[in-house]
Amino acid sequence: MGGVSRIVAVLAWRNLWRNYRRTLIMLLAIGIGVWAMIFMSALMRGMTDQMVHNGLAVLPGEVQIHHPRYRSDPSVVNSMPSPTGELLAALEKPPVSAWAARVRVPAVIASERDSRGVTLLGVDPAAERALGSLPDEILQGRFLTDAADRGVVLGASLARKLDTELGKRVVIMSQDPDNNVADRGSRVVGIYRARLASNEEQFVYAGREVLQQMLTIGTAVSEVAVSANDYRQVDSWAPAIEDAAGDNLEVLTWMELDTFLSSMLSMQDGFTLILMVVIFVALSFGLVNTLAMAVFERVREIGLMQALGMRPSLILYQLLLESLYLLVLGLILGNGLAWLTIKPLESGIDISGVAQGMEMMGMGTTLYPALAYQDMLMSTAVVIVLGLLASLLPAWRAARLDPVRALNKT
Amino acid sequence: MSAIICKDLCKTFRQGEEVITGLDNVSLSIDAGEFVCLSGPSGSGKTTLLNAMGGLDTPDSGEITVGSQRLDQLGKGELADIRLNSIGFVFQAYNLIPVLSARENVEFIMQVQGVPAAQRGQLAEQVLADVGLQGMETRLPAELSGGQQQRVAVARAIASKPRLVLADEPTANLDTHSAAQLMDLFVALNEDKGVTFVISTHDTRVMGYARRLVRLQDGRLISDEAQQPHGMAQA
Repeated sequence: MGGVSRIVAVLAWRNLWRNYRRTLIMLLAIGIGVWAMIFMSALMRGMTDQMVHNGLAVLPGEVQIHHPRYRSDPSVVNSMPSPTGELLAALEKPPVSAWAARVRVPAVIASERDSRGVTLLGVDPAAERALGSLPDEILQGRFLTDAADRGVVLGASLARKLDTELGKRVVIMSQDPDNNVADRGSRVVGIYRARLASNEEQFVYAGREVLQQMLTIGTAVSEVAVSANDYRQVDSWAPAIEDAAGDNLEVLTWMELDTFLSSMLSMQDGFTLILMVVIFVALSFGLVNTLAMAVFERVREIGLMQALGMRPSLILYQLLLESLYLLVLGLILGNGLAWLTIKPLESGIDISGVAQGMEMMGMGTTLYPALAYQDMLMSTAVVIVLGLLASLLPAWRAARLDPVRALNKT
Repeated sequence: MSAIICKDLCKTFRQGEEVITGLDNVSLSIDAGEFVCLSGPSGSGKTTLLNAMGGLDTPDSGEITVGSQRLDQLGKGELADIRLNSIGFVFQAYNLIPVLSARENVEFIMQVQGVPAAQRGQLAEQVLADVGLQGMETRLPAELSGGQQQRVAVARAIASKPRLVLADEPTANLDTHSAAQLMDLFVALNEDKGVTFVISTHDTRVMGYARRLVRLQDGRLISDEAQQPHGMAQA
């Protein structure tokens, strides 16, 4: 370190501790502010993660492949062939961690007493399990054993509405590609519970091969759901799947498939930044006051340094460095506090007492705070940038002090 | 060779509605190696003239040349550079930076100048010894007496080997013994190292050390006389 930088650094550090009580109070304020920023970000990130994960479990997957007309007309006519060749190769290699081909058609389910319109999902249970898109909980019976399982699994809410139960027979009806009614009777082998009651009423699970047979579509499927277990990075790997799928299939990311979820994510990220800025703006008043007081108390000393030949820019540098030391120490304290308080809570906070209505947002009754390094980095950037900007005015005023007046200040 | 040339310096201050004359057409030339006292009652313009000579204050009109540079034509940054490299200052009080030790205070200017650590450390120790503060290098200003603090200020002023030392009422807060010691030190530096001293004072004891006495009154130079220095004893 050069002589000038060294003396400026020494002066800034020692001046910081001249009024150590004031410095400690300010440090504590910055530390708590930083902690609040990171803690709130972790809670919001946890909420967002949970909402997106729950949304993706229903969607499912972070990427879906369809026939180009499937989304506008989700009938069996718009099925696609099961993945083979280049697409299959792309689905079998990292970063893809799981994929599932499924039949998904609108259908009617009828019990002995009632009937309902539902979405019929023909699934391969092993693939769905890997994808994480199986129902949350099997209340009664079991889930399907394989793609050729001839039973059906209903949601608890639907079973109630159909007035049916485990072991009873239901009839499922849909259309084959020739617009003929395709139906079959199946036994209810399981009743599931989903986080959202609406999902329980909408989705009925059946074996994929059984449905393909019923709908006479051979090995065709309605969609392929793909996951790489990192919904935020989907844009980095989705193009490779798109290339492998070719022009005859439509490949969409979850952000395109569920614009509500993606806008929620953007909104949460924006909120996190706004929250950090708001917390720090409140803190910056204290910071500016601390620095203004430090300058006020040292006017003669600043005048002396100017008289001795210290350029105004060096005075500015010294005061900004003093502020930077305070900010960095506050950041260390705040980040440490955040790490110590968030890590033990990552296993989940029970919010069942206040969670009524959270289900509508796709959330459960346990909140999992997520400590993310990017939030810590963002809070650091916010504190350093805004802190130095807030310090600029008192530092600039100190640098522009008239040495004669400063020396004569009583 | 002239160390300082002041030509027709004028400076006024506004105090509420009242306009106060700080300097009124002051012209003065001080040669290198001189030992000059600016004297006069309070408000006579001594400090104003000294500040103008040191580039701390800018006159309303007139010219000031220090060495070969016209101070009245320089900006704040350039004036700071002149003060850093060519002028040593000793003030009446608040001379030292409280968070730096005696040695660090002496090294301060050299550090800002960019003198290498080993060289400035050696110089600082030497000048502190020269002003009689050996063994007190690590003391903070608060741990030194007023006289010792002034000695540290002198050590700092001369450590960077300036051509000119400007001292504003340097003995005002010192007892007679400390004041005599400080003035003896100034004289020794002037005689041994050829440093030009300009001291503003209204203390007659200090005036006794000067070889040239410039008197000011109401901002005007009223006399400029050479004298035989006689020190404090005959003051």
